[in-house]
Amino acid sequence: MSTLKKLVTTAAVSISLVIGISAAVQAQSLGTPVDESQLKNFDLIAQADGSGYPDGGGTAIQGKAIFERRCVACHGMNGEGTSANTRLVGGDMQSEERPIRTVGSYWPHASTLFDYVQRAMPADAPKSLSSSEVYQVIAYVLNMNGIIEDSLLLNKESLMQVEMPNKDGFIDSSQAL
Amino acid sequence: MSKQELDKVAANGLINRRHLLGLGLAGMGTVASTSLLGADAGLNLEIPGWSKQPGANASGYGSRSRFTDDMQRMAGNPNPLYPGGGASRSPLHQLHGSITPNSLHFERHHAGIPDIDPAQHKLVIHGLVRQPLVFNYEDLLRYPMVSKIYFLECSGNSGSLFGPNAADGSAQSLHGLVSGAEWTGIPLSTLLDEAGVDPDARWINAVGADAASMGRSIPLNRAMDDVMLALFQNGEPVRPGQGYPMRLFVPGCEGNISVKWLTQIKLTKEPTHFRDETSKYTDTRLDRKSLQFTFPMGTKSVITAPSGQMKLERQGIYQVTGIAWSGRGSIRRVEVSADGGRTWADAMIDSHQSEKALARFRIPWEWSGGDAVLQSRATDSLGNVQPTRTSLVNEKGNISTYHFHGIQSWAVNTAGDIANVYA
Repeated sequence: MSTLKKLVTTAAVSISLVIGISAAVQAQSLGTPVDESQLKNFDLIAQADGSGYPDGGGTAIQGKAIFERRCVACHGMNGEGTSANTRLVGGDMQSEERPIRTVGSYWPHASTLFDYVQRAMPADAPKSLSSSEVYQVIAYVLNMNGIIEDSLLLNKESLMQVEMPNKDGFIDSSQAL
Repeated sequence: MSKQELDKVAANGLINRRHLLGLGLAGMGTVASTSLLGADAGLNLEIPGWSKQPGANASGYGSRSRFTDDMQRMAGNPNPLYPGGGASRSPLHQLHGSITPNSLHFERHHAGIPDIDPAQHKLVIHGLVRQPLVFNYEDLLRYPMVSKIYFLECSGNSGSLFGPNAADGSAQSLHGLVSGAEWTGIPLSTLLDEAGVDPDARWINAVGADAASMGRSIPLNRAMDDVMLALFQNGEPVRPGQGYPMRLFVPGCEGNISVKWLTQIKLTKEPTHFRDETSKYTDTRLDRKSLQFTFPMGTKSVITAPSGQMKLERQGIYQVTGIAWSGRGSIRRVEVSADGGRTWADAMIDSHQSEKALARFRIPWEWSGGDAVLQSRATDSLGNVQPTRTSLVNEKGNISTYHFHGIQSWAVNTAGDIANVYA
């Protein structure tokens, strides 16, 4: 192969490489920038560190009426449930028998209760409760479990102070091979 | 070949897997049928009716033979108090190979299947990133993609085997929450890199667009590994029941974290502790401490035929076949026993097995009309061996019923009936 031919071939290869790379780079930047403020009505994630909670609040006394209207079909009048999966109240992780695991006995974080009810409950009409209604109804569930007083104003500040009985009952296995 | 020449490799009728190679089951079937039935002198073959008239035209969208309509997923009855919640199980006992047809892939939904217009669907990546981004479906189709064959298994698959009594069930009803498919999509790391991961980020929080807005937290190091944003399954757009227009796919891990209808990925320092990683999908040990974020599925196999609730109609040679998989590697070996685990023989598997995919195994077995207990035992590329049910239950207890991967026992009685047993 002559030197000229080599040069031309090399140049052609280089050009095609450049085209290939630039196409790839272009294809990898198609996301549209967005501000966190634009996600206010989209991001429902509420974490145990207090991030992601809306304003509003209320008490278990207020929550009782909502619970009896929206929740008892599955969860029973006193949170006793209509199945093991829907029981909310009672249980003891240290019982001799197979432990009954409920919000009261098993759930390690009160934040989970807010996050879950806000995103997924009631099962027949998720996201139909206002933020204050969510605070109130979870206050009632916590109160039925003897975890908070029925007069406690539950809001984004006081929710962070709620200690769940089984808060030390979990081991993070996320890095186990 | 006469029956006497069959190479018995373990007790109670297991035959060297090499007979599958040169002879084929058709050949072995001949051994069985000539020895047991003889030729049917009254059989005169004619040209059938469908060979005498033109058939149906080509069509825009294919359908299966009407003679195979009985091949169905098994779904529970809808619960009016839990609309859209539930699962459907793959008919493992009727399937062959290692790819599950999309229409028979198992499903598990927590609030039903949303009817999503891809033109309206958004995927948001935000939180601890340099630049929060929104992606639309059409643009995502332009990204470089990868295609990989993986299994997907629900964490609760086979969970009834933790129970004190062996349930009367089939391969489908007991183990049908596992399927295999080729998944095509964008490595998630591509999209996370485009948003620019903040050095403080440790977790991604993935949320679906279903009515439950189901969410799971996944460590960032795993999310940057082989996780993909899956857009296609077995070549076609992911079906609504599997997350159309897009789902997360986390190879080898419990199905629940492969969040369907994916719409949000938020990067954070801490996990969210969603309901489905605290109340559910956690494993309470005998000491009452509970393991959280137990992702990889164990090394496992199940014989899909002959299997529970089937009946062996006559003595002779059968192909024992099933599937094996591991959430940590590829399948290196599958052994089969016909005597409840006292003696074992190697089943045939393809020499090259993909990581975190179903492996099909096969071995010939001669049933002579006596009692038998069929078992299979998988070993993966890391040397993990599938445990017995007893050792698994002794180790894990049965307070939680996730991640069952013990050895399954199918008992064959002298009438040829097959049942799930604890052996």
